[in-house]
Amino acid sequence: MTKKLYPILGLLLATAVLLAACGGSPAPATGDAPAEQPTAAPAEVIFTTPSGYGVTLEAVQSRGNLICGVNSQVPGFGYVDADGNFSGVDVDYCRALAAAIFGDADAVEFRPVTAAERFTALQSGEIDVLSRNTTWSTLRDTELGGNFVHTTFYDGQGLMVREDSGITDIAGLDGGTICVQTGTTTELNLADVFAAAGVSYTPAVFEDADGTFAAYAEGRCDAVTTDKSGLVSRRTVLADPEAHVILDVTMSKEPLGPMVRHGDDQWFDIAQWTVFALISAEEFGVTSANVDSMMTSSNPEVLRMLGAEGELGAALGLSADWAYNIISQVGNYEEVYNRSLGPDTPTYIPRGLNSLYTEGGLLYAPPFR
Amino acid sequence: MANAPKAHANPPFWRDERVLRLLAQLAFGAAVLFFGYILIQNMVNGLRQQGTTLGIGFLQNTAGFDLAETLNHYTRSSAYIQAFLAGLYNTLLVSAVGILLSTILGIILGVARLSSNVLVRNLATAYLELMRNLSLLVFLIFWYLGVFLKLPLVRDAILWPGNIILSNRGIGIPWGIPTETWPAFKLFLLGGLLLALAIIVIFHFQGKRTGKAPLAIVWAPLAFIAVAVAGWFLQPAAPLSLDLPAVQGLNIRGGRIFTPEFMALVSGLVLYTAAFIGEVVRAGIQAVSKGQVEAARAIGLTSFQTLRLVVFPQALQVIIPPLTSQYLNLTKNSSLAIAVGYPDLFYVSNTILNQSGRAVEMITLVMLTYLMFSLITSIFMNWYNARVRLVER
Repeated sequence: MTKKLYPILGLLLATAVLLAACGGSPAPATGDAPAEQPTAAPAEVIFTTPSGYGVTLEAVQSRGNLICGVNSQVPGFGYVDADGNFSGVDVDYCRALAAAIFGDADAVEFRPVTAAERFTALQSGEIDVLSRNTTWSTLRDTELGGNFVHTTFYDGQGLMVREDSGITDIAGLDGGTICVQTGTTTELNLADVFAAAGVSYTPAVFEDADGTFAAYAEGRCDAVTTDKSGLVSRRTVLADPEAHVILDVTMSKEPLGPMVRHGDDQWFDIAQWTVFALISAEEFGVTSANVDSMMTSSNPEVLRMLGAEGELGAALGLSADWAYNIISQVGNYEEVYNRSLGPDTPTYIPRGLNSLYTEGGLLYAPPFR
Repeated sequence: MANAPKAHANPPFWRDERVLRLLAQLAFGAAVLFFGYILIQNMVNGLRQQGTTLGIGFLQNTAGFDLAETLNHYTRSSAYIQAFLAGLYNTLLVSAVGILLSTILGIILGVARLSSNVLVRNLATAYLELMRNLSLLVFLIFWYLGVFLKLPLVRDAILWPGNIILSNRGIGIPWGIPTETWPAFKLFLLGGLLLALAIIVIFHFQGKRTGKAPLAIVWAPLAFIAVAVAGWFLQPAAPLSLDLPAVQGLNIRGGRIFTPEFMALVSGLVLYTAAFIGEVVRAGIQAVSKGQVEAARAIGLTSFQTLRLVVFPQALQVIIPPLTSQYLNLTKNSSLAIAVGYPDLFYVSNTILNQSGRAVEMITLVMLTYLMFSLITSIFMNWYNARVRLVER
């Protein structure tokens, strides 16, 4: 009987030693550690979330690829086709970021996340950057532990109804049912706008975009609401796109852009200036086709951006040709936009607010200097 | 060693089995505590790095979102905690309705499996095999997208006799609206309930004394109904006025409307769980030895009496423990409501988590709540099981 205990004891001892080793600190090998060392905490962390200046870039570089949280259900923004290829504006941003870091736009792993999972995935370090048509808002920028970089798409929330319903405005939806996706700002705006208008409605709330639009297609709801861009893109995959109209109602401001974790300013800067490089390239007329000839441009700012002059890449912790890589491999903002949302695509959305400031839009990048 | 003389048998403590056992327990406990400590420290540090802290104060913040169906008076300006409670009540509602219906259907299925009628027996077997080999999630989505959303649009709604409206916005049935005499009528209902309980107790003791148990299951409801009907007509005005559902504008108004989400969830859970309960009931009945049935028939009991007085009381002992776990399964499976958009506890908590960003707190709260459900159900069923067991001598 006594002999039987030795293997068990041995196992326990081994476990204790192992645990202490995992703890990575010279803590005592037995269980009295908790009582004695309440403050010796940080050293004992086993699984660390990348955080702190420069940590993310280091982790990404040593891993050899970028992990990007994207949407997989919204054509034009983040969509995975039947062959498993990702496309869309948000997806191209990830590729641009990978090009800036590795000089290779394909060094990126796309990880589809739902609206509900996305912030946890970012906080926990499962993804390096979230590029999933995410609206910039106060709580998300603060309490949710994230930082939004420059907006990549200015959007507003809209409503789509069946054309034959004859509904033309919010008042026409009185007593109706509206399909919406859970965990979105859309869900909150819907409640706000209808409460303010004094119009009663019943929400039918779903876990993902596919579920929301499937229920709408079945006639479960009179209207479906999400960002207008999302409505345009989802309309293309409905059975009969012509039978649905997007109402001329804008319920909110929805600045959509990439989001990074709190606590790593270098990573924030890299994510931020990747957007600025895309925008500035369009402003200066640098495209993937002419970027090589632009290396000898007469505009000093173009030269600084492309790394032909100055040390701007090093300031970001990147190579000198980071922006050159972005533009040569992914293109400038206009190219990215037209590839997914341009007039030749089924998901055509006029540029509108998403034009350069010189053309009456909101896109304005700080100088490369 | 045990046979050695006592005087020389006291080994040093490191060879004393009792001490060693105690030490082993202590070491194991310490290891578990230490590991838990590391995990929690890790989480707290992670949260600190992100500048967030733990706490449930945020539950008092305004929720800001609407819910499709609630049993409390939840609106968008209510607090998160109110939304959480709305989800909790919805889960309780679905579980209660689900347990009730799946028990009835399950007993019928279990008895049908043992029927001497070939058609009935084989139909029941086929049904059980089908259900037990399906994934519940797939089944729920089938009921939602394949059945209830395929009902006609509101403007083409089907009208069934008795003013039942079927559409993919929901199923409307006539329902009562309380009038001013409703509070007085509620006293009658309470009186009827007490009378029914009294009848059950009296019949129980009379059955023990005389050996002839009158059917309490028949007389108690009858007494209740009699009191309720008497109360209804003794009031100066009817305590409930009839409210018929009707298509009005974009939706069905009036009556009681069961949404497609609720219907899909309840249908799926009931039909699925009933298959398992049917098997539990069948096993319980078969566990009663054949001699018992033969003896009962030999002394002249009818087959119904045999079932009621001999088989069921003995079968219950076998049935109750696995039945408990089926009830728990149903309650826990109701969290799949999120797949069909029914705002149950898990669904609403997920929304709160997402809107507030408080993942650790919300998941902990949800886990504790489900744990509490399960423990309360277990405690009740264990108590009932202990009571049933006393029958055995």
